[in-house]
Amino acid sequence: MVAGPVLLNVRGLSKQFPGVKALDDVSLRVRAGEVMALVGENGAGKSTIVKILTGIYKPDAGTIEIAGTPMQFSRPTDAWAAGISAIHQETSVFEDLTVGENIFMGHQPTRGRGPLVDWKGIHRRSAEILDRMDVAISTRSLVRELSVAERHILGVAKALAHDAQIVIMDEPSASLSRKEIDHLMVIVRQLRDEGKGIIFISHKFVEIFEIADRYAVLRDGQLVGEGNVADVTQDELVKLMVGRSVEEVFPKVDVPIGDVVLEVSHFTHDTEFEDISFTLRKGEILGFYGLVGSGRSEVMQSIFGVTRSRSGTLSMHGRPIKISSPSEAMKHGLALVPEDRQQQGAILPLSIRQNMTLALIDQLSPRGFLSRRRELGVTRDMGARLSIKAAHWDQQVDELSGGNQQKVVIGKWLATRPEVMILDEPTKGIDIGSKAAVHEFMGELVAQGLAVILVSSELEEVRGMADRIIVMHEGRICGEFSRDEATAEAIVTVASGAQAGP
Amino acid sequence: MNPAALLATVTGRREPALALLIVLLLVLIGLRAPFFITLDSFEGVLTDTSILMMLAVAEMLVILTRGIDLSLAANVALTGMAMALLSQAYPDLPVIAYVVGAMLFGAGLGAFNGFFVAVVGLPPIVVTLGTLSMFRGLVFVLSGGAWVNKHEMSVTYQTFPMNRFLGLPHLLWIAIIVIPLMWVFMRHTKAGRSLYAIGGNPQAARYVGVPVAARLFMAYALAGLIAGLSGYLWTARFAIAYTEIAIGLELVVIAACVIGGVSIAGGVGTIPGAVLGALFLGIIANALPVMGWSPFWKQAISGAIILVAVVVNSRSERRKGKIIVRRAEEHPR
Repeated sequence: MVAGPVLLNVRGLSKQFPGVKALDDVSLRVRAGEVMALVGENGAGKSTIVKILTGIYKPDAGTIEIAGTPMQFSRPTDAWAAGISAIHQETSVFEDLTVGENIFMGHQPTRGRGPLVDWKGIHRRSAEILDRMDVAISTRSLVRELSVAERHILGVAKALAHDAQIVIMDEPSASLSRKEIDHLMVIVRQLRDEGKGIIFISHKFVEIFEIADRYAVLRDGQLVGEGNVADVTQDELVKLMVGRSVEEVFPKVDVPIGDVVLEVSHFTHDTEFEDISFTLRKGEILGFYGLVGSGRSEVMQSIFGVTRSRSGTLSMHGRPIKISSPSEAMKHGLALVPEDRQQQGAILPLSIRQNMTLALIDQLSPRGFLSRRRELGVTRDMGARLSIKAAHWDQQVDELSGGNQQKVVIGKWLATRPEVMILDEPTKGIDIGSKAAVHEFMGELVAQGLAVILVSSELEEVRGMADRIIVMHEGRICGEFSRDEATAEAIVTVASGAQAGP
Repeated sequence: MNPAALLATVTGRREPALALLIVLLLVLIGLRAPFFITLDSFEGVLTDTSILMMLAVAEMLVILTRGIDLSLAANVALTGMAMALLSQAYPDLPVIAYVVGAMLFGAGLGAFNGFFVAVVGLPPIVVTLGTLSMFRGLVFVLSGGAWVNKHEMSVTYQTFPMNRFLGLPHLLWIAIIVIPLMWVFMRHTKAGRSLYAIGGNPQAARYVGVPVAARLFMAYALAGLIAGLSGYLWTARFAIAYTEIAIGLELVVIAACVIGGVSIAGGVGTIPGAVLGALFLGIIANALPVMGWSPFWKQAISGAIILVAVVVNSRSERRKGKIIVRRAEEHPR
């Protein structure tokens, strides 16, 4: 494929957030008829670029040229009008509206020149687009009723509807099955052959080597390498991305593995997961890997008693137990650090002290009144163990950095002295330094005789930290690997829904 | 399972279920008081409920965007008083002056809310709670605490709502015009649809280029416009303006929305739903005296109905969980 003229020319893009330099003098070029893979770890600045290119963020410095014309995007519509369309990572859909309306929201065609929305046109054109992608979704069904994969397809449909010249796909395949990914690749090639410029963001090297013509690697907000995909190997890309050896980021401590602590048998939920069985041993870090939306978090939540509608049994130390609420789970020695800190973990407007003792309020209130002295004792203890950086223990949690917020949440649960600690994406969205601290701390936990379940979408994290890795796909366990067997290729293949075997 | 929930499950949609429930209610009332089920009586109930129906539509615009407007009834009172005083000062003005004046005045009050919510970014409940007191206070300031009585208003002012055109009172005609207009606006215009987007997923709305602040401002201003119009109609129909008119009505209006299936969480609701919700409450209010029950029952009954409606809403809206497990039979591809 011979690439055409330069469609998008970005020069010297910088963006500063409080405390973080998200982008530092980044320049990129995308030609018509080419797929450029943008790679980098979480937090490397990929999403910031996407948000600047789609007019959601304003850059502090730098210029954007489209087909030679300098552009300034102060609103998302500006970028849209300039011919840039992005399929965002977070599924940005309207659940209570129809598929057709979702595809055209914000840019609905109208009847003639009047003010009225052309519903017939919307549904006809949506159906055409979905047909072109060869997917069987009714344009009149509510998005609420779609599966995770179908929602991502909806995202692609939105970009197609817009007939954009530059299409940004931010991990479009993250939760698609192999068949759906193949499908997506056909569509991407189709777009490329139509002369569009495509920025393709993906963590999956297989896809990058399959589809991309060029690559650009970001690390800590800087462009650290670019070139033709044909001239690079996967190892070279990984080295560029991580910029350090795996051992530094994942200080795995070897701990003797003891008896079975937790056994989960045949956990099944109506729509979220099916027949989940596994065991967890003392001193073990058990990795749960899977694509976003593969049901990992849902399984953990049901073990912890957050979700009740499920069947299956649970036992600890060989004795069957029943857990129907988080407080029962805590009594049995379980702790869950949820994925979304802001929504489920820390209570941001409260102080570190108040957050840290939230799970312990009963124990700290001997006569029905909360003892401030005991509260402070627990907080100091945990703060020191986790080396939380704060001005004082009564500081509000929302004033802390992401990494320190995460430590507060972990400290809260650790203070309950659990036997089993479930960490759901504990390092999502925090910087490399804090990441290493959380990893080190996981080592300490197992050294103290706890058992840890690590749920993560980061392959390297699971491979680096876990003793055993369970892979989930579409709500089912589809593979289990020991530390030695766990090659990246094998795990990714299983996680993306390919059948086992060659 | 209560009848409303059962119906909602059977029909799968709120509006037909609510319509059926209203018919059922009418039948029950008719069994005890047959004269309630006559065209005359229907016309009376509809006319009586016209203002509530329009206000429910106004409130829905705001609730859809995850907001709430507690100041609508205060807007009715303030605009009503302003127009009554206008009629007292200039008795020769034509009716159209009051109608247009009330809409502009009310829209101005709504825009005031809209400014603080959409531009400054304050929480709607705080803003409109503040303006609720402010507007009520201004009614007092404007009138000096005095009432504007029937004999002080011009004749054109006070007779317009109940004068008839093609056999129906103007008040009812106005509702008959405003409600379908709003339905078209909410169902068939980009601006109307954008309110659904904002309430459903504000972040995503921004991403697809919905001018969120401008649309929020519009929702509050438009709600204010309808409230202002209702203010004129109210004072003219009852031929009196004083500080306490429509006091507490904001809660009835919100109740009508909730009963009509408008989700307090935003993003869900239809004009027919809100109107039927208002009609439901209106019928009950009108039927109570007919049934020989004290009007004080009205509040208790509407309170109970709101609770039922909230339960029905939350049950039908409850997430059924994500769909992750792919079952062969569900995906015949």
